[in-house]
Amino acid sequence: MTQTLIACHGCDLLHRVRPLPEKSKARCSRCGTLLYVHSPETVNRTLALAITGLVFLVIANLFPFLSLESQGTVLETTLITGTIILSQQSMAGPAILVLLTSMLIPGLLLGALVYVLWAIKRGYRLPAGRRLFRLALTLRPWSMTEVFLLGILVSVVKLAKMAAIIPGTALFAFLALVFVLAAINAFMDPRAIWEKMDKWS
Amino acid sequence: MTCAHAARTAAGAGLFSCHSCSLLVRRPSMTGRVTVRCPRCGARLHLRKPNSITRSWALLIAALIFYIPANLFPVTITSYLGSIQADTIMSGVIFFMQTGSWGIALIIFVASIVVPIAKLIVLGGLLISVQRRSRWRPAERTRLYRITELVGRWSMLDVFVVTVLVALVRLGYLTTIQAGVGVVYFAAVVVITMIAAMTFDPRLIWDVLEKNDESNAH
Repeated sequence: MTQTLIACHGCDLLHRVRPLPEKSKARCSRCGTLLYVHSPETVNRTLALAITGLVFLVIANLFPFLSLESQGTVLETTLITGTIILSQQSMAGPAILVLLTSMLIPGLLLGALVYVLWAIKRGYRLPAGRRLFRLALTLRPWSMTEVFLLGILVSVVKLAKMAAIIPGTALFAFLALVFVLAAINAFMDPRAIWEKMDKWS
Repeated sequence: MTCAHAARTAAGAGLFSCHSCSLLVRRPSMTGRVTVRCPRCGARLHLRKPNSITRSWALLIAALIFYIPANLFPVTITSYLGSIQADTIMSGVIFFMQTGSWGIALIIFVASIVVPIAKLIVLGGLLISVQRRSRWRPAERTRLYRITELVGRWSMLDVFVVTVLVALVRLGYLTTIQAGVGVVYFAAVVVITMIAAMTFDPRLIWDVLEKNDESNAH
């Protein structure tokens, strides 16, 4: 199913797929929308990043996230505390949304990538691989760890005058996760991965 | 591939371009409402996103309606020694301005006020331009769409700020912060405008420019 033509997602113009130099992008000649990228070693690199990301996600959930020190007492929170408190305040919608965008979707995205890329690397043909990779691509815009990080920054500034905020291990792991997810967006070449899966059948 | 040389677009060549994996699939000759799925990834195939204009308008209007309570109702309720202060998104921005945190005030103002309004205006404008079969600057309109799609997620900022605030400032201390109902509406605005942007099909901007009749493409 390796094809020599590709249609632009922005304007539907057909383009001939040409080999690109390493680390370069092909954009539509008519509207400028990204057509495809050439990212060398995309399977190995994305797999390594996805595994790293999962490790950071686990650490981010196990250790204290932020602590607030005020009048001699320390209140410790974890990554999931915000979701729990929101749901206790009958804010189920925002609670679920925060849980999804900051934790479940990034986790699902990374898990799906590890599953699919591991199978490609080992030459296995695992069930639902294509469906999971499609799911991972669809979920990408809903993984909002970097927005959450900015939200933490804003909250810390807001509370700085009232109390001392102490960053925990989980916060650093979460910061690392943000960079890992950004690197996956930069290094992943979905076209090459689809073509590798085409060889399964 | 043979017929693709004549046409410039996938739809013109009778090819489905898969939204998910970009595979080009020959459109079956049979007519009627049959769902065609991508042989590679299993996604539903369409020449254009189905009912893109109607669906985008519906979502846009829904977002516009939710935008009003999102700004009128408080997003945080702070109690300090018995006194209660309710803050809306805008009063949060003003708080940061008054305390001298201009950078943070600007970030929240852009993410929570400018981006949602700009998204509603841009998407509305794009929809009207497509409906009026405008030929005006298609490349720039497509670029505007791309930017709209990219920046929308940053509006979630305020929802995350409220989440961190309620987690850190709780009962048992002198000050407590509770989430206000405005957060629910605001989160709805962000999610609905993101889906509205995903539902809009930028290829509709270009269809009017194709010389050969592609009325079957809609």
